[in-house]
Amino acid sequence: MDSAQSQAVRQRPVLDVPVDSRALAHHTAAEHSKLASDLVFDVRDVTVRYGVHPAIRNVSLQIYRHEITALIGPSGCGKSTFIRCFNRMNDLIPSATVEGTITYHGQDLYAKGVDPVEVRRRIGMVFQKPNPFPKSVRENILFGPKVNGMEVDADEVVERSLRRAALWDEVRNKLNDSAYSLSGGQQQRLCIARAIAIDPDVILMDEPASALDPISTGRIEDLMRELQERYTIVIVTHNMQQAARVSDRTAFFTTEVEDEASDFRSGKLVEYDFTEKIFKNPSDRRTEDYVTGRFG
Amino acid sequence: MAVSTPRRTVHDTLAGLERGRRRKLKERAFATVLFTLTAVAILVLALLVVDIVLDGFTRINVDFLTRYASRTAENTGIRAGLTGTLSLMVLTALVAFPVGVGAAIYLEEFAPDNRFTRLMEANISNLAGVPSVVYGLLGVAVFVYALNLGRSLLAGALTLALLILPVIIVAGRESIRAVPLAIRDGGLALGATPWQVSYRQILPSALPGMLTGTILALSRAIGETAPILVVGAVFSRRADNEPWYFMEAFAALPVQIYNFVSRPQEGFKIDAASAGILVLMAVLLIMNSAAIVARNRFSRRY
Ligand SMILES: Nc1ncnc2c1ncn2[C@@H]1O[C@H](COP(=O)(O)OP(=O)(O)OP(=O)(O)O)[C@@H](O)[C@H]1O
Ligand SMILES: [Mg+2]
Repeated sequence: MDSAQSQAVRQRPVLDVPVDSRALAHHTAAEHSKLASDLVFDVRDVTVRYGVHPAIRNVSLQIYRHEITALIGPSGCGKSTFIRCFNRMNDLIPSATVEGTITYHGQDLYAKGVDPVEVRRRIGMVFQKPNPFPKSVRENILFGPKVNGMEVDADEVVERSLRRAALWDEVRNKLNDSAYSLSGGQQQRLCIARAIAIDPDVILMDEPASALDPISTGRIEDLMRELQERYTIVIVTHNMQQAARVSDRTAFFTTEVEDEASDFRSGKLVEYDFTEKIFKNPSDRRTEDYVTGRFG
Repeated sequence: MAVSTPRRTVHDTLAGLERGRRRKLKERAFATVLFTLTAVAILVLALLVVDIVLDGFTRINVDFLTRYASRTAENTGIRAGLTGTLSLMVLTALVAFPVGVGAAIYLEEFAPDNRFTRLMEANISNLAGVPSVVYGLLGVAVFVYALNLGRSLLAGALTLALLILPVIIVAGRESIRAVPLAIRDGGLALGATPWQVSYRQILPSALPGMLTGTILALSRAIGETAPILVVGAVFSRRADNEPWYFMEAFAALPVQIYNFVSRPQEGFKIDAASAGILVLMAVLLIMNSAAIVARNRFSRRY
């Protein structure tokens, strides 16, 4: 009963968000907050340091189910650092420390006793450069289910994941070929398929299309919109049009000089709102300068 | 002003060409020196090999390979040394490879970055430079006496394993480091544990490099005379050495060659010794080719 209900919530397409509420540009982000049950991540006052210097400081934002949330901002403002907090990839960098709280469906991600391996199983990640394993296409897909001890029908998982990643038709006859024989765009979709194979709840993408040509980029963007119906997506991008095209909400980060003497900079969240508002009617001058290309 | 600018550029270009010519001359001189040095080294090596081949080639035949040591130079053979060396190789590899690979994985993937780890790393690098006879003495003290293995094949193999362990660990770490970080991140991001990533991704990718390192280290080890001489390899044995009889006394090619050379008779000192050296060199060549094949066969592109 309970699970059927949550299934229903999960399956609800994102477009159920009343269209007019998006158009109401004068609303602030807080006023737009959706149902509490739709809250996937609640980030409160997060500061990440490499050593003593904060790379991002006091970031708070909410990420909602079945939405695509875009993180934009100039190079070095901490977008990658921030997105890596969601699946605890920063744990792997010895000098990195995360302060503040991030809850995931109400549960503290960084609480004692939370296993980062379990976190990463639910929250998948696609990296900037395609990084398939030096194995066959098929083995790439099956690695996740295998290490997670999922009892699955291998052929079925391979086909389903590749179909969802819009790659099946191109590789159906090459399942046993090396993943390196695919093109860059195909490799990136393979990495997405690989992430989907363990049926995560959230998919994080750090500049997933930055190494790809416009056609492959377009395919990845189409794919994101399809994936949105099943998954919650957070994406880092340098491409303004991409953020405007695919995302529901956009967070704009920038760097601020932290300490005049040493010229040390740290990243900060300037504005977080519906994408439409960020691009058409931003509240902050810095956001406007950035999205209109006057940043400098 | 505006007119003089292009003229100056042309002038600069010509000066650049002049400098380029001088640099080329220097490069050529340097290359000639390097070539001469290399040629001298190869020539000396070639002379040695030719000398040995001339002395030993006629002495090599099936009898020489299949006979045990004899008192007469015409009847002697290196069967005991050959089987001993092959068995030593097998046992040494069986011990050194897993331990070395395990240590390399631990140091690269799991060891905390503390003073103890750094001390261990420094030690391993230094151990690679310790003279082999020292390993022999260690082998006598630890394996022959303390562990009471006696002057056995096993004691010899363990000693050689110790000798090549640092090399295997260093080569293993290098090949682990050559696996791109993106592979590791990719595995971890799919919910694999660090152990699963090491075992299923890093290890298979690093294996060819580890194998090559191990084979090359092994081929150095089987040419070593000092350590196994100290541990107690016998000069002339009239029995085979099989790896599974590891508590028996053992012979080995380098020790047998050493014995041939130290005899007064020409038949031993020159003919048999040269023939023995040829056999040893053949074994080494085969192993080095195996290393190359292993590297080409299993290596992966990224
Ligand atoms: N592993 C690390 N160790 C130390 N400092 C780091 C590390 N990774 C990132 N930083 C620093 O943190 C800051 C933010 O880096 P981050 O990679 O998160 O920026 P970004 O917004 O993703 O930039 P880009 O758009 O260029 O990818 C930078 O100043 C960077 O130098
Ligand atoms: Mg980045």
